Amino acid sequence: MKKKRLRDNNLKGWLYLLPAMLFLGVFMVYPLADVFIYSFEEGYNSASQTYFGTGLYNYSYVLHDPYFLQALKNTFILVIITVPLSTGIALFISMGLHSVKPLRELFQTIYFLPYVTNTLAVGLVFMILFKKTPYSDGLINLLITFFGGTAVDFMEGPYWAKMFVLCFYTVWVVLPFKILILTSALSSVSQEYYNAAKVDGTSKTRTFMRITLPMISPMLFYLVITGFIGAFKAYSDVVALFGTDLNAAGMNTIVGYVYDMLYGDSGGYPSYASAAAILLFAIVLTITCINLLVSRNRNLPGGTI
Amino acid sequence: MEHETDYKKIESAAEKRQKAVHAITYVFLTLWAVVVLFPFYWMLLTSVKSYGAYNSEYIPKFFTLSPTLQNYADAFTEVSLGKYLLNTTVFTVVTTAVMLLVITLAAFAFARLEFRGKNAAFLLFLSLMMIPNELVVITNFVTVTNLNMRNSFSGLILPSVTSVFYIYLLKENFQQIPDSLYLAAKVDGTSDLKYLLKVMIPISKPTLVTITILKIIECWNSYVWPRLITDDENYFLVSNGIQEIRENGFGRENIPAMMAAVVVISVPLIVLFLLFRKKIMEGVSRGGTKG
Amino acid sequence: MEIILRNLTKKFPSRDRKNHEDVVAVNDFNFEIPDGKLIGLLGPSGCGKSTTLYLISGLQKPTDGRIFFGKDDVTNLPPENRGIGLVFQNYALYPHLTVRQNILFPLQNLKGKDKLTKTEMWEKADGAAKLVQIDGLMDRKPRELSGGQQQRVAIARALVKMPKVLLLDEPLSNLDARLRLQTREEIRRIQQETKITTIFVTHDQEEAMSISDLIVVMKDGVVQQIGRPQEVYDNPANLFVAKFLGTPPINIFEAHIRNSRLFIGDDAVLRLPGLPDQEVYAGIRPEGFICQEGGELCCMKKGIEVMGRDISMVCTHKASLSPTVRIIVGAENNTEPNRYGEEFPVRFRLLSRKVFLFHKETEARIHMRECSL
Repeated sequence: MKKKRLRDNNLKGWLYLLPAMLFLGVFMVYPLADVFIYSFEEGYNSASQTYFGTGLYNYSYVLHDPYFLQALKNTFILVIITVPLSTGIALFISMGLHSVKPLRELFQTIYFLPYVTNTLAVGLVFMILFKKTPYSDGLINLLITFFGGTAVDFMEGPYWAKMFVLCFYTVWVVLPFKILILTSALSSVSQEYYNAAKVDGTSKTRTFMRITLPMISPMLFYLVITGFIGAFKAYSDVVALFGTDLNAAGMNTIVGYVYDMLYGDSGGYPSYASAAAILLFAIVLTITCINLLVSRNRNLPGGTI
Repeated sequence: MEHETDYKKIESAAEKRQKAVHAITYVFLTLWAVVVLFPFYWMLLTSVKSYGAYNSEYIPKFFTLSPTLQNYADAFTEVSLGKYLLNTTVFTVVTTAVMLLVITLAAFAFARLEFRGKNAAFLLFLSLMMIPNELVVITNFVTVTNLNMRNSFSGLILPSVTSVFYIYLLKENFQQIPDSLYLAAKVDGTSDLKYLLKVMIPISKPTLVTITILKIIECWNSYVWPRLITDDENYFLVSNGIQEIRENGFGRENIPAMMAAVVVISVPLIVLFLLFRKKIMEGVSRGGTKG
Repeated sequence: MEIILRNLTKKFPSRDRKNHEDVVAVNDFNFEIPDGKLIGLLGPSGCGKSTTLYLISGLQKPTDGRIFFGKDDVTNLPPENRGIGLVFQNYALYPHLTVRQNILFPLQNLKGKDKLTKTEMWEKADGAAKLVQIDGLMDRKPRELSGGQQQRVAIARALVKMPKVLLLDEPLSNLDARLRLQTREEIRRIQQETKITTIFVTHDQEEAMSISDLIVVMKDGVVQQIGRPQEVYDNPANLFVAKFLGTPPINIFEAHIRNSRLFIGDDAVLRLPGLPDQEVYAGIRPEGFICQEGGELCCMKKGIEVMGRDISMVCTHKASLSPTVRIIVGAENNTEPNRYGEEFPVRFRLLSRKVFLFHKETEARIHMRECSL
């Protein structure tokens, strides 16, 4: 009797889990295994579903592909510029937000807007603002010339100009999340600590360095880590600015390379795509581990990420 | 007496400094607000300029005296913006609904039911949270192609109807409901399913609403998967639509019409955001990252 | 350092959208705090005692009135220039710093001519730690300490820069009962050793009564009475003060004065020459009853409660405002075990100095000439 009930219960539990298990199995667990297999199958042909060998050839192909190397370089530059920059600006803005009372909610609402907008759509607006056409130099160039500079073709001109637009747009897109997290981290620091510091005549800088920063550091590290991961996976904002043919624009990213290999004009090579995706995953994993190690070695207050 | 003047000095200096800091903070905050809002303003402005007027402005004007809605009409007639919107709505509604069903059942099993292998299964689920989407997209693309589901709603929807993170979030929420309620329901002879429907779901409504809104935002903005899986314009979502409009739509130079399309695409989410501002921001800070 | 509060008033803008009237947290507070004393600010929560403390500290600015430290008007002076030490209710110890770093923290802020060398700072920190007897815990983190130890660290941090005034906000509220007793003695000892004018805020009357030189009883932002603890207990200014002080609490009866006699129910209990006929509240301290044959007041005895040393008789009376009347009886009367039995009448004589009369509407004290029947 008791046995039967237990078996019924077991069955019931798994029944409730069944839909989730099914979807996750088909679209996550199986693909995860498969992507490794793909990456080692040489000369896989997606039409005939045949291959003629196994080995590391796909990796070596990807690592010698100038497009991949360009994508790697672009991604690293993007990461190294935008992660510290956006975290810094977000901290700055959150501090500002935290110190004022009137209009705070209004500012918070405005700052959060980019989060809920379609990256592709707003990217188009950025493109227009920066673009130089035969009819017009575009608004940004106008400002530059107004202040005495020379107009630059940001969208189709020199590499650094395009990279600048990309970094600017990326920062614009990722800031809402960081500002939100940091503002709530700042407001979770009890006012008593600030009162205590004030009574002791602690200077603003010292209060920030010795109290605020250590107290919000878990959140800061969380943002840095998610920021790294997010920036390494940059893709749709790049497409939004430079169109789908990123290799031609010289602005491809690693994720863009993966998709191009899979599909599109140069597509049809899931093996190369898999190898590139696994390389990306390895890079992200390494960076995350380094970040975690660094944060572990710091003297951090208790609290989880 | 000497003391008093001394104090006065300190006082007024402190006050002045405070005021200056406040003023600078506000200037700075306003400046950033302008940077955030300007693209929105610009897209609205451009969308109501006529094609001729826009292209004749070598120096773009910051306002227009003769606004026109012609661009909006063009956006719906010359390209299939209406179709894209409809597709996205169907995609968003179905995906969100199915996902809610799937994650509620799973979260209930993890939070409330006792069965053999539960802990192992949960551990497996948790470890799946760390798998980046980019890694599985490749095989999914091949799978869906082989199943002949490209250019179909099922191909679009099925891979995104589970979210390990939301299962986790909901399970945590379910577990906060005291056991005594469950025991009381058992004493009254309530079945598990009925308990889930009548007690747990109503109590966890705030979390479910948050999850729903976040999923809607995610669906509305999804780009990568739809791009891989659809090349028939009849199945384009707004993100792909806008890319299509940009590359093959009005002719590359009809920027006001493009901006009208951009406005139409952006408005639903902005309205949703303004309506559920608190919920969305709270939900995102509890663990949403973009995408 | 003596502290003078003159017409001190603090209003907060109302949060209620319908009612825009300001909330008055502190209303016209006048008080001269003598140098070197321990002052207890006492009152129920929301009475404005914490606000008063914050006004003195400078963390909040008064809407009206002035604050003097000695001869200096410090009303608008920022907290760091006032030379105060403040201990917060939750201690506000920086969780990422060790005990020593916490105590050193205020010293490291000193600039210019006040700047100390590292050795001086360490000596001072050690001195403060010794004073509160935590010198063995200097390298621990706050979360590794017990509540009482954290409290001591907070006091050490407040004392280390030798403040002219020490302020404590509900210093004992986060401690358990036993620790509370110990720590309040400790605060008394530290205050007497350092001779620093100390003000502490509490809602616990026993705490305030036991260690303060002076207590200030507040209600709804208004000072009700200031005085030495015993003085206030023996001579409450109004019904609120009488009810707020004392455990077990005072017994309040509906009473009236007729023909210069005080009646509780039908019993004439005291003679009150010179008082006009009126309805009053009569408050009688639990120790003001003497069990006696032929006593004037007749209560229905419900039982006896023995709680350690205290023995109280639980009675009822139809004129009592609360359902029971609690009477402390001497240990020599303890003839019965702790039990409730059938009710029967008991008669009491009243000690007139333990009986207070209050005006029915204003609840102010009505003074009477001492006189018993």
